[in-house]
Amino acid sequence: MATEKIIMAGFGGQGVMSMGQLLTYSGMLENKHVSWLPSYGPEMRGGTANCSVIVSDNLIGSPIITDDATTALVMNLPSLVKFENNIKSGGKLLINSSLIEKKAERDDVDAYYVPANEIANEIGNSRVANMVMLGAYLELTKLVSVDSVIEAFKKVYGAGKEHLIPLNKDALERGATAVRG
Amino acid sequence: MAKVLMKGNEAIGAAGIKAGCKYFFGYPITPQNELPEFMSKELPKVDGVFVQAESEVAAINMIYGGAGTGERVMTSSSSPGIALKQEGISYIAGAELPCVIVNISRGGPGLGGIQPSQADYFQSTRGGGNGDYRLPVYAPASIQEAVDLVIEAFDVADYYRNPVMVIGDGMIGQMMEPVEFNEPEKKRELPVKDWATTGTEGKRKPNIINSLALDPAELEKHNIKLQAKYDEMEEKEVRYEAYKLEEAEVVLVAYGMTSRIVKNAMDILEKEGIKTGLIRPITLWPFPNKAFNEIPDTAKALLSVEMSMGQMIDDVKIANNGKLPVEFYGRAGGMIPTPEEIVNKVKEILGGGK
Repeated sequence: MATEKIIMAGFGGQGVMSMGQLLTYSGMLENKHVSWLPSYGPEMRGGTANCSVIVSDNLIGSPIITDDATTALVMNLPSLVKFENNIKSGGKLLINSSLIEKKAERDDVDAYYVPANEIANEIGNSRVANMVMLGAYLELTKLVSVDSVIEAFKKVYGAGKEHLIPLNKDALERGATAVRG
Repeated sequence: MAKVLMKGNEAIGAAGIKAGCKYFFGYPITPQNELPEFMSKELPKVDGVFVQAESEVAAINMIYGGAGTGERVMTSSSSPGIALKQEGISYIAGAELPCVIVNISRGGPGLGGIQPSQADYFQSTRGGGNGDYRLPVYAPASIQEAVDLVIEAFDVADYYRNPVMVIGDGMIGQMMEPVEFNEPEKKRELPVKDWATTGTEGKRKPNIINSLALDPAELEKHNIKLQAKYDEMEEKEVRYEAYKLEEAEVVLVAYGMTSRIVKNAMDILEKEGIKTGLIRPITLWPFPNKAFNEIPDTAKALLSVEMSMGQMIDDVKIANNGKLPVEFYGRAGGMIPTPEEIVNKVKEILGGGK
């Protein structure tokens, strides 16, 4: 891994910001250089949300990802349309196929279709669709370990949410299985 | 202390508390809202007070009053809100009181937008308030630097009895990066605040804090005294980063987040065999004129890159003193320059490009 530049996008409430923060925090715990940059605007609940995460062995210059994303994780259709062209050639595109029927248009990126909401519902909580997606991403890139993500989860959400760890671990694992092929 | 991942706005607030800030007065405005929110939650825990004022004008005057007690006080806002505070800043400078003012800036003029911008360069370095006054302006390029500079800003404010500004564009406020809160190195012996209005207990003459001086001879004397202070700041407080200046053909000048985009552009240019350097002002005022003495003979031009229509370029021209052509590239209104745009501009300057 030299530098991973990840765009995560969806609608407000799908947990794309949290997913990005967990990945960023995990990278920090593994002593990598990290940055997390959210889109911010007059958007409200149900609007679009996205963040740019950079995890690198080297010092990070600009935290902005333009058209050089190594991966895009898209949770809804507008995000696919908006960010497909921001991935660099040879990069990865993870599509939440539960909500997106459309296929990737580009043939120079590797597309993966993860039914994140269906998997989340199967394990009992639709709100962990983001963690399913993150699990799939980590399986493909091994950017950080699942243990680091769980460690980050404890730090970000505190002791009050520790009872949710088994569910989130499960979601990460099921996401990984979905792309293991 | 271990690293923590924090949003810029929250880290700036935490740095203020670490520096001993006990009182925060502010009024909400995007993109800095997490800062007062953080202070409202955290200050009561350290016996401090957070007040959401009825307006920016009220907030800066509460800062004026709070600073008069000798306690460490802080306010924050974003561009149009900082515009409203200018009168108070001039009064505070005139009355020689220390305070820290944070501007997480956005596009203008007027209410403008809420996306990142550096169009407040003139506002912060030239001042929107009246009279002969100056204030040190720190422009961090990372959240760690923002933390370190906020902590230092309180010392600088106390040392000179002067308002100090920390300016970051909206990205600095909104992004998250790892930070460490280290014990600050003690650089200055801070004077006792014997001027503070803390009650005489009948033991001394009352301290009077005021910015009114109707006798012109008295006011001129005050102006000369203030100027001596500003001269000392210009001599001692200049901060900058000189990056890869050796053999540079074009020297870029950029501050804050823009400097990081410029570094990405420089990497691209280096791979193509084009040598560029960067002067990054960390203090916008006092401007690092002396950094320009380090520019090598290989340099053919300077390029000021800003998220504005061209404001710092005036200071670049003053520092350059006519030696080299000074070019400009900027995006405005919340649009952010890309490394590729900067690369193309450099190539254009060198006679190539698209």
